[in-house]
Amino acid sequence: MTDTRTAPDTSTRGAAALSFRNISMVFPDGTQAVDDVSFDVCRNEFVTIVGPSGCGKSTLLKIASGLLRQTSGDVEIDRSRIGYVFQDATLLPWRTVRQNVELLTELHGFPKDDRATRAADAIELVGLAGFEDHYPNSLSGGMRMRASLARTLTLEPPVFLFDEPFGAVDEITRERLNEETLALFQREGFAGLFITHSISEAVFLSTKVLVMSARPGRIVEQYDIPFDYPREPELRFDPEFTRISGEISHTLRGAHS
Amino acid sequence: MSDLRHNVHATDETHKMTEAEAEHEVLPGYVTTLGTMSGVHATKRESVWSVILPPLVAGAVILAIWYLVSYGILSEDRRFLLKPPHEVVRVGFLTWENLSEMLIALWNTAQIAIIGLVAATIIGLGLAVIMSQSKLLERAIFPYMVILQSMPILAIVPLIGFWFGYDRTSRVVVCVLIAVFPILVNSLFGLLSADQGMHDLFTLHKANRWTRLKKLMFPAALPAIFTGLRIAAGLSVIGAIVGDFLFGQGEVGIGQVIKLYAARLRGEELLAGVLLACMFGVLVFGLFGWIGNRVVGKWATQARS
Repeated sequence: MTDTRTAPDTSTRGAAALSFRNISMVFPDGTQAVDDVSFDVCRNEFVTIVGPSGCGKSTLLKIASGLLRQTSGDVEIDRSRIGYVFQDATLLPWRTVRQNVELLTELHGFPKDDRATRAADAIELVGLAGFEDHYPNSLSGGMRMRASLARTLTLEPPVFLFDEPFGAVDEITRERLNEETLALFQREGFAGLFITHSISEAVFLSTKVLVMSARPGRIVEQYDIPFDYPREPELRFDPEFTRISGEISHTLRGAHS
Repeated sequence: MSDLRHNVHATDETHKMTEAEAEHEVLPGYVTTLGTMSGVHATKRESVWSVILPPLVAGAVILAIWYLVSYGILSEDRRFLLKPPHEVVRVGFLTWENLSEMLIALWNTAQIAIIGLVAATIIGLGLAVIMSQSKLLERAIFPYMVILQSMPILAIVPLIGFWFGYDRTSRVVVCVLIAVFPILVNSLFGLLSADQGMHDLFTLHKANRWTRLKKLMFPAALPAIFTGLRIAAGLSVIGAIVGDFLFGQGEVGIGQVIKLYAARLRGEELLAGVLLACMFGVLVFGLFGWIGNRVVGKWATQARS
């Protein structure tokens, strides 16, 4: 906790924090959502999966978190303090921002003082200081998402699963939230697994981008993203950034058909 | 003119709010200074008169028709059927002897309604909680609740009388029978209303059944529970008065008193009694709406329907 982590360094990556081995998922109605998917996510690693709608990206996250049970294959993950950021902010409307952020530590039975400190820190970190006593219905979409991030942060989860969290906010807010997510990633050094439709979001955030095919979802290609952290917003206009995005987009179109 | 200015001001305020919110988005550092503002939702407020005037005019029209019927249509010997409003007020409300008689009766009715409502709430809410915990129990119990709901009370009056006698107890039973269903249905609907994402969140963090009920399902149900309570409170008042007609032994309620006035052709008191019962119903309905709004109004977007 005392070191100033700046760039995620390959040498600090230990064993995988999350590991999929030959995961397949067939739903009871017969649809095969995921077919033989294997990959690892280590600490200080940010992996993003892009793929066409309905290709089973979210299914993978549900399997990782234990919300769904895979048909075959193995998942290795510590689920005791899992970080899961939903598509919607899923804030409880009857709780203020502070009470919402305290929810998870409450469910995990943290002592009261500890809960308060963790919540205050997390709220500060996502830039919601001053909004502690607001109810979700008075917050904008971006602010609700920040509150949702803060809630997840209170557990200091070793694995952070993001299920298309910024899909519903506008472009400018999304880019800002991306930058904030990266700042959190650098600070916390969690193992991140992110799902998105947006290629530029994927490239901007990740150490590695996986492209999934249409159903049944398979990993068809893997891209290591070479940029160092911290990443500046201007990176999005870098020729290399554009080149990689183009390549992923090309693969994705291939995967779509 | 003042009305117009008011509207312009409101629009301006709305505009400023949007700007402030946009700034929150781009510059989270500024949020503290603007924090106090964003709690105030600028709504387009209409002037007080445009809200109050229409019902006042409608009320005046009703009074006019009342007078017209009373003096214009009914001949002198048949005027007792609909006494003019001022006579109703004078005899029914301003004569203490009559008013006190009605108020005492109303108080008796209110007691029945309150006891009935409390019992219906305990039963309805309890059943809803049980049914929310198990699909099997929900399936088992629900059809009987529907039957209970569609059963005409009048058809079982003899049975109620046979079992519980013809006094207070039976009146309470009538209240419970008609008030329990809206509480049950609304509570159950509310308990099952929390969305899947929130349930997933509780599942991920290993919340047990009780925690889930207490921290997720019950608070999510509160707006619906209050809707149910408000409806049930109104029905309970009706139940108490109906029960009064059917099971009139013991301390008489407003229903018995109204019945008595009708039998004795005391038109003023009769109308006053009916009006008093109406006012009581409205009061109860409003009271529960107000309580519900106090409890969930801060966060529920649809506390009132």
